[in-house]
Amino acid sequence: MPVVKSRPVWGRLAPSPFARRHLVFCEVAGLGAVERAFAGTDSIRQRTSLNLIVPPDFAPARSERLDALGFEAVHEFPSVETVLVRLRVSLSQAAMGTLLYLAGGEAFLDQATCLAEACGVAGDGVQTEHCGSTGRRVQCVHCKGMMADVTMSPVVCDHCGLHLTVRDHYSRRLGAFQGVCADAEAPGVLPEPTRIDA
Amino acid sequence: MSGETIAVRVVAAEAITPTIKRLRMVARDGARLPPYSAGSHTVLTMASGERVIRNAYSLLGSTLAGGAYEVAVLRAPRSRGGSAFVHDHVGEGHELTLSVPINLFPLNRRARHHVLVAGGIGITPIGAMADELAKVNASFELHYAVRNEARGAFCGDLAGRYGERVRLYVSERQERLHVHDILMRQPLGTHLYVCGPEGMIGNVLADARALGWPETSLHAERFLAAAGGAPFALRLAKSGVATTVGEDQTLLEAIEAAGIEAPFSCRGGVCGECELPVVSADGEIDHRDHYLSAEEKAAGCKIMPCVSRLRGRELVLDL
Repeated sequence: MPVVKSRPVWGRLAPSPFARRHLVFCEVAGLGAVERAFAGTDSIRQRTSLNLIVPPDFAPARSERLDALGFEAVHEFPSVETVLVRLRVSLSQAAMGTLLYLAGGEAFLDQATCLAEACGVAGDGVQTEHCGSTGRRVQCVHCKGMMADVTMSPVVCDHCGLHLTVRDHYSRRLGAFQGVCADAEAPGVLPEPTRIDA
Repeated sequence: MSGETIAVRVVAAEAITPTIKRLRMVARDGARLPPYSAGSHTVLTMASGERVIRNAYSLLGSTLAGGAYEVAVLRAPRSRGGSAFVHDHVGEGHELTLSVPINLFPLNRRARHHVLVAGGIGITPIGAMADELAKVNASFELHYAVRNEARGAFCGDLAGRYGERVRLYVSERQERLHVHDILMRQPLGTHLYVCGPEGMIGNVLADARALGWPETSLHAERFLAAAGGAPFALRLAKSGVATTVGEDQTLLEAIEAAGIEAPFSCRGGVCGECELPVVSADGEIDHRDHYLSAEEKAAGCKIMPCVSRLRGRELVLDL
């Protein structure tokens, strides 16, 4: 698989003692990274709120895990879409001195960093850690529809049905890779499917 | 000289305060000067008799008024020649050369709000930023600290143009700029820009960091007025030139005076363009720039000749 130069480089969560508020948004897959990063930092945990995406089938044992974090507040959301609504509101109401932490799969990080950047929050103002799915978020350049967790190329567009080659081109503005019609010149002739989440 | 240069003529020269002179320049051949973004600077080349003086100045306004450039020059209390020359000798009709603008202090266009902080003559790039932000209807506030209103450039203009978005702090009226209080109440996604005396920049950035502002959101312009120092011997190994760097001369000026082309851009220890490799130093390199890292300075293999010099006998450069 070719090296994706524009592919974002995710980091490792490390809470800053200077931040006055800590906003954590994560998927269940990122919970372990949050537990590790915030362990042993009582004064920070008291100023931290967690917004967690909890799919309906997630084991009920979670409440003990969440209590053990000792955060000021924990809010649960049923999907990426709903937590992003919360993220937008949180960013619009927060003051400078607030640090944003994101942990989860590629598609979640793609969308959340994109939203943060549009709110002027970028660089070391947002910390990320990649955990879980490596499937990419892809935009069909033809119908502009977005797809999460794309692991194979070519892929059929969820929206317009075209076969798309996932290009090695990431847009920070859109938080997505670009998917381009794979058989435009010879309809029906498709390249060999390849995994793109390796 | 580094990069492209433009021959210009001064078409207006006006003392806007007792110590600040504004120059308006147009291209001698009548062409429109290239557009630039707020925060850009240009290097003026002036011929003072045998001596060539080159100083960097921030450009006023933004993309500008009819293809002309404007700079505001403060008469430095210990001028090594540049600002005194502008004040004493440059008037309408004077011909100068300037470099194509370079921006080392740009606005972040994705910021949700911009906090601009200026002290004294630091208003020149900051005022240009206010102008550009106002034109695109971006959210900003400008805090401007001056000793007294008579000496503060553009105080009246700024208040008239931007109204409540401008706060003036006049130290002779005991008005103090409390940056901490201002930084406490800014919405997330704000960017901070500061230009002024070194001490002020240091304090403002320290306050911001202590309040948890990320580095990405902090922007400062710290042009140094290159100061002199004890003279020392200079040898350029490749060119086979030996000369002396005088008390009132910078290392870069001594190289230029010896007729050797050396790269430069900001002439203020910021941009990194003039970096030169050191062959040997009989003495201690006095690093005064804001470009090299602490490790690089300690290693002593590189020097920024626009502001740095040698405390010692002889410096040999690979030039």
